[in-house]
Amino acid sequence: MTYTNFRFELSDEGVATVLIDRVDASMNTLGIDLIAELAEVVERLEQDDVKAVVIGSAKRDFLAGADIRMFSGAVTADTAIKGLQAIHAIFDRIEALHLDAGKPVVAAIHGVCLGGGLELALTASSRICSASPRTQLGQPEVQLGLIPAAGGTQRLPALIGLAAGLEMIVGGKPVRSYKAKKLGLVDEVTPPEVLLEVAQKRALAAIGAEAPERGIASKLSSDNLQRLALEKNPAGRRLLFKKAYDVMMKQSGGHYPAPKRAIEAIRIGAEKGRAAGVAAEIRFFAELVLTPETAALQSIFFATQELKSDKGIDSDAEPREISNVAVLGGGLMGGGIAAVSTLKAGKTVRIKEIDDAGVARGLAYVNKVVTRQAKRRRMSSFEVDQILNRVTGSSTWAGFAQTDIIIEAVFEDLDLKHSIIKEVEKVVGENTIFASNTSTLPITAIAEASGRPELVVGMHYFSPVEKMPLLEVITTDATADWVTATAVKLGKEQGKTVIVVNDGTGFYTSRLLGPYLNEAAYLLEEGASVEAIDEAVADWGFPIGPLLLTDEVGIDVGAHVATILHAAFGDRMRGPDMMAGLIKDGRKGRKNGRGFYLYTDGKRGDVDETVYDALGLGPRVRVSEEEIQERMSLVFINEATLCLQEGILRSARDGDIGAVFGLGYPPFRGGPFFTVDQMGADVVVAKLEALEARFGERFAPAQILKDHAETGKSFRK
Amino acid sequence: MSPSKKARRVAIIDGLRTPFAKSGSAFKNLSTLDLASGVVAELVARSGIDASTVDRVVYGAVIADVSAPNIAREIVLAGPLPDSVDAYSVSRACATSTQSFVEGAQSILLGETDIVIVGGADSLSRPPITYSDRFIDILMEASAARDLSSRVKAFSKTRPRDLAPKPPAIAERSTGKTMGHCAEEMARENGISREAQDEFTVRSHARTLDAWESGIFDSEVMAYPIPPKFTETIVRDTIPRSDTTMEKLATLKPVFDRKYGSVTAANSSPLTDGASALLLMDASVAEALGYEPKAYLRSYAFAALDPNWQLLMGPAFATPLALDKAGMTLDDIDLIDMHEAFAAQVLSNVQAFASDKFAQQRLGRKKAIGEIDDAKFNVYGGSISIGHPFGATGTRQIATMANELDRRGGGTALITQCAAGGLGAAVVLER
Repeated sequence: MTYTNFRFELSDEGVATVLIDRVDASMNTLGIDLIAELAEVVERLEQDDVKAVVIGSAKRDFLAGADIRMFSGAVTADTAIKGLQAIHAIFDRIEALHLDAGKPVVAAIHGVCLGGGLELALTASSRICSASPRTQLGQPEVQLGLIPAAGGTQRLPALIGLAAGLEMIVGGKPVRSYKAKKLGLVDEVTPPEVLLEVAQKRALAAIGAEAPERGIASKLSSDNLQRLALEKNPAGRRLLFKKAYDVMMKQSGGHYPAPKRAIEAIRIGAEKGRAAGVAAEIRFFAELVLTPETAALQSIFFATQELKSDKGIDSDAEPREISNVAVLGGGLMGGGIAAVSTLKAGKTVRIKEIDDAGVARGLAYVNKVVTRQAKRRRMSSFEVDQILNRVTGSSTWAGFAQTDIIIEAVFEDLDLKHSIIKEVEKVVGENTIFASNTSTLPITAIAEASGRPELVVGMHYFSPVEKMPLLEVITTDATADWVTATAVKLGKEQGKTVIVVNDGTGFYTSRLLGPYLNEAAYLLEEGASVEAIDEAVADWGFPIGPLLLTDEVGIDVGAHVATILHAAFGDRMRGPDMMAGLIKDGRKGRKNGRGFYLYTDGKRGDVDETVYDALGLGPRVRVSEEEIQERMSLVFINEATLCLQEGILRSARDGDIGAVFGLGYPPFRGGPFFTVDQMGADVVVAKLEALEARFGERFAPAQILKDHAETGKSFRK
Repeated sequence: MSPSKKARRVAIIDGLRTPFAKSGSAFKNLSTLDLASGVVAELVARSGIDASTVDRVVYGAVIADVSAPNIAREIVLAGPLPDSVDAYSVSRACATSTQSFVEGAQSILLGETDIVIVGGADSLSRPPITYSDRFIDILMEASAARDLSSRVKAFSKTRPRDLAPKPPAIAERSTGKTMGHCAEEMARENGISREAQDEFTVRSHARTLDAWESGIFDSEVMAYPIPPKFTETIVRDTIPRSDTTMEKLATLKPVFDRKYGSVTAANSSPLTDGASALLLMDASVAEALGYEPKAYLRSYAFAALDPNWQLLMGPAFATPLALDKAGMTLDDIDLIDMHEAFAAQVLSNVQAFASDKFAQQRLGRKKAIGEIDDAKFNVYGGSISIGHPFGATGTRQIATMANELDRRGGGTALITQCAAGGLGAAVVLER
């Protein structure tokens, strides 16, 4: 028997091996065609000559989940429900092979096994996986605004317990092989080479045997004791669900419907049984698939996928190979860039600092980041040595001649950067790229000191570098395309999502912060309290409010940036004068423990009520949450569209990704451009014009918005 | 392999070492491999060499680490050099890194390699300490046991005295005497006074301190930030002391012969942690790559003598052989750098160099090797004042002498060491 998407083999002993091998694709995904053919395969497995089944993959991954494009676009609640019911029917039949027909079913998992892939594996009587670092099992659906709906919310908690099941499904984070074994998600971890053979032997040995009892050790483990104490009685279960709900609300701010629904589906299954649970997960999925939050999350997902293959240039110039990276400055940024360059990108890194203590600080930072990762990823001490030994440092210019790219992360001062670029060009080769990690200074201005402006590019990382996902690459008119492409490629190797923007003061991300933080200051001046502003903005979905952000970034840094932006863009970006009072009062934010908030021993407390005095402001008045949210979001969105209009941005897509990954724009809103599309440009323009009438030119809508309002054109579709 | 028919010549491109620190101090948490990897990574970075063009690493340590017996290969695998770089390790007691230098040089001369990194290191802060033979037998038996009861049975034989740790021996296996005792004997037999030894010690410290002050070592010693906290960076050797005076030295008790002896902790080289390395190339390859060598290898020789006689007289045996191969006499040498295991050993060798009688009786030569001119001798101090990580000393000396020839713009240098087992090594460099 031959199939299009499966390889089928039946051994003399009756062990059927089914290998998923989706036709014309490098990756196995669950599409409609695959599901239809799976029904035929299952029919074959139900025949009497098949005594046991092994399900595996003929590709380098098991099954990456449903083809999510299947659920975007023209899907309706009805078609979603019908599709899911069909999948359930087939999965139930696979489960029946062992539950009813006594045929052991073993899933042999190597590589990615996510979403529908794991749900398929959960229908088996036993799962084994390879010890490969590539292997990961998970239910990441909530990250796309959905929930597992092919039985995942029911079979996973039934297998590994409610607490662990909730964590995997609500958190959405995949686990690696050894964690999977510990959770009881798989029964055995094997070397990848023998995975299939072991699965076949297991299946053969299990024919006619009773389902194996779990060993005494696992029965007495602390996990199991918790299961007995909490999960087997209603009061304990309630406690578990409450805890899961609280954690979820804390992490998501309650903006995301999917995790709530996931918890609900699991709870219904745990309390009312499998059938009720399955009905719930299908119903919830059909509801979620049509929400704007899901559309927003999926648009971010697709944009991120697209950016992975975007070279960042329009010509066909090729990036050059980078083996040696030099970082100037061993502070928070320099250390972070050095860390991702060795840890993620595997480059040889050399840190330049003004003295030995500076070098040591940089090395210490790399060491800290790598050690933390080593613990999380079970790296051997040898791997750690390898990663750390790739990094050297020097307080002199010795050893920089072979550098392929120099990334400077020194203080934001144009004269300093000019003198550094001159020094650098004396010691490096003729093709060494000079990248500046400035967050505001125009790259063109920095390149003025360079004898090779075609090699000068901006690489704007976000702090802390090892955690923040975005890299903004900035090109000038003079930057060579291969230089841009090389910076983009290095950024991707460092694990970043990379957008390329054209040069201009503040580029894209820092520029957006200008009017946004100014608006917060105007609200403050008008009498809104610090709490009211920060809470309204956080409620809208930003991770933190603008004034807390100012404390984190540094009030002095913020003021410095504000001056630069004001000078470049004129009165449109002028903030209220009273902010100078903070500097005069010696407030620098978290770093000196004095800002909008109180800090004790580095821990943030309540709002510092004396801050109003420092600003020369009187008593607070109530400003409505809606007013704050509307002004803060629209001033941000308007500036984003101006960046597109002026050609700073290459696309609206990049603008959305930059705002979400760089500035914490709420992912469930999809980015500023996605928000305009959802609201309608005409509505946005009307609101801006009303604000312009009240507050003046800083709310004047961008021409491009007005054009879109007129034509009804959308930014992202 | 280079097909060039042109005569091959070994060029020293660059040399580097960690600062040297007394064992159990600054580097006490670092292994020999850590120090060696650190210095090689920095040498590669500083030299600007394309790491994939390095053909081989030859490296050595005297106190072998059981977890990294082929330390050279471990340096490659855990460092910035690609896995394709060949690597092996050598051992020749205190002349270990002279041996790695010579083997690197030989492979270049043979046309087998073009670019080689050589060196040596030792950390005496973390020597491998083992158990008594009896307890090792018990452990082996227990690990071979198939069940719990035979394992218990194996361990039941353990007696408290079996558990006493056994640190690595510092005595000569053949004679049972420690190096210090041998130095003590040499002092007595050659009439080297306590005062002469202390004077030499004061001289060593003063010269090393001067060298540091005038920046001589800046280019050949790397700053070493101490992991994992990196709050401390060692930038200088910690051993040379400005308060080394005759009066102060006179207060010290002899260590090896407390009653009649003259060898003290101060006039001996201390137990030291550190690593050093050199980048070598064939001269024509260096020229093609645009490197300006600091010096070239002229000749080398090793010699061996009866360890029951004057164990540490190796320099006086190896030097004439190296000079003969170079076609030179001692007068042709501008710089002499002798490893200072003990002041008594250095002064005994100086005496032997100048002695016709020694030449006739021990070397079978008519005339003495030659009088050592103090102005040329150990110009920046030596192992007494700088320290002596066993495996690191040879390439440490070669790097300093190559740099000195480079600074002087020409000349010749003799580098020589004594080594355990009655061995001697000598290298002649030229510029």
